Amino acid sequence: MALLETINLAQEYEGQPVLRDVNLKIDGGEAFALIGPTGAGKTTLLRLLDLLDVPSSGSVYFDGVDVTGSGRQRLEARRRMSFVQQKPIVFTMNVYDNVACGLRWRRQRNETVRQKVDSALELVGMDDCRSRDARTLSGGETQRVAIARALVTEPEVLFLDEPTANLDPVSTSKVEEVLAHILREKRTTVVMATHDMAQGQRLSSRIGVLLKGEIQQIGSPGEIFCSPGSREVAELVGVENILAGTVVEKEDNLVTIDVNGSAIQAVSDDSVGDGVYALIRPEDITLTLAQPTSSARNVFEGRIARVNAVGPLTRIEVDCGFPLLGVVTKWSAQELELAAGRQVYASFKATAIHTINRWG
Amino acid sequence: MTELWQGVVRAVELIVALDPEVMEIAGRSLALAATSCGIASLVCLPLGSLIHFNSFRGKRFLVNLIQTFYSIPTVAIGLFVFVFLSRVGPLGELGLMFTPAAIVIGQMLLVTPIILGLTISALRGVDKALPETAISLGADRVQAAVLTIREARFAILTAVIMGFGRAISEVGLSLMVGGNIKGFTRTITTAISLETSKGDIELSIALGIILISLALVINIALNRLQQR
Repeated sequence: MALLETINLAQEYEGQPVLRDVNLKIDGGEAFALIGPTGAGKTTLLRLLDLLDVPSSGSVYFDGVDVTGSGRQRLEARRRMSFVQQKPIVFTMNVYDNVACGLRWRRQRNETVRQKVDSALELVGMDDCRSRDARTLSGGETQRVAIARALVTEPEVLFLDEPTANLDPVSTSKVEEVLAHILREKRTTVVMATHDMAQGQRLSSRIGVLLKGEIQQIGSPGEIFCSPGSREVAELVGVENILAGTVVEKEDNLVTIDVNGSAIQAVSDDSVGDGVYALIRPEDITLTLAQPTSSARNVFEGRIARVNAVGPLTRIEVDCGFPLLGVVTKWSAQELELAAGRQVYASFKATAIHTINRWG
Repeated sequence: MTELWQGVVRAVELIVALDPEVMEIAGRSLALAATSCGIASLVCLPLGSLIHFNSFRGKRFLVNLIQTFYSIPTVAIGLFVFVFLSRVGPLGELGLMFTPAAIVIGQMLLVTPIILGLTISALRGVDKALPETAISLGADRVQAAVLTIREARFAILTAVIMGFGRAISEVGLSLMVGGNIKGFTRTITTAISLETSKGDIELSIALGIILISLALVINIALNRLQQR
């Protein structure tokens, strides 16, 4: 039985639907990430799951009990959960008392409170700051205190809303370290909303993609990032080569797709005549100056249209009769003297292509 | 000008020598204002919380109404209390007219809107995410409300001090329902009013200095609180 389950969960604000028919099952001990762009409804869904808001329709089940309505049952269920908000608020008291609040509200003994708070502060690396006024903490420190405050009550479910948004890379890495430790060492179920795709991939075992208030796809990070179920999901997870074409030939599961007059070979279940999107991740494309001798079934000659340096990588846009985007390291780009107008060969394997049927 | 200077010197002498009459009047003023403010605070803190933490029809109108009463003239309240406590009034049998209790009742009515309105504003000033954070961490509604009140404590204390300032400085109400009876209901403000009309400017100035000193202490306390 799932620890947390929603059935046709929906939420409206001022008559406008924000969430539609969300059906989720989250097992105990699972690390589940909700990914989606800003405004997709991630926070709204987390608030409903944490029982902070009451849904317009649908149900939330926690440990097999319907906790959708109001009343004592919700408080009891909520006391088995914790929520770290996107912009956590610290109370006007010192760090120790901030972390101790949840335990005191549960009327735990002073000695227990002291032990648990000390251990939570140590876990997040804030044990030196226990007497400090919480309002004087930096963004990263505040986030770590918020995580300690949420963890100190030993929740069965920990909700995290954009846990590292607004943090610098060093603080982000520290917070992620703490979260990775929790996931490794504790049996806490973690449900995390993030628009940072890579973070979702790093920290979760299952991902749900939320777009315009609807769950579009649920799967392992591998499935979501390599086999997105729709064009919208593909765009969200960073597949930048999305080529529209038609299957013109099929032999076993090897299909030939006509894209703007060019034939692309892919492994697919689609049938001849189907309209498809061929998805190719930029990192699966190899760029060479000479005709490659590899086993790649797809080799296209083209001219470089644009070169953009992005951090340690360089993005190369090639016009092969259809646009293709590849990435190489900065050093490879310099070594191959890749520049706009240069003739290159772009090659990729048939297995590197994921197809989506355009007709559903 | 010489007369005024002599008045100031004599006033300082009265204060330094802890003149029994001056001290008695000042003590009574402080006691009456503190009592009325204390009782009003005991009513306003829970009432203000009740209004803030609950949604009901007409809430905005009620808050506007409370704020309107911030500047109600003291004589209007004096008249109201007078009507109720006078021998022919509905509470005349209690015999409270021209007693310190009548002044406390009047001052309570005077400062209640101030303390109540400013308490509501103080609670409204607390980030809405704060009680929500508390609830998400397992607090029930009462625990979340207590935390919110705790967060607003300095602003609420400011409201009480403002009320105290208003109570100690009013004159019309104390005159009307206290009667300015020497040794019984005479306060700093009523004494200043009386002594000035009698021409005893030294006593008036001495009491005036004490009143201004109290105002100064209140202001310093307010500034300190606002800086926290």
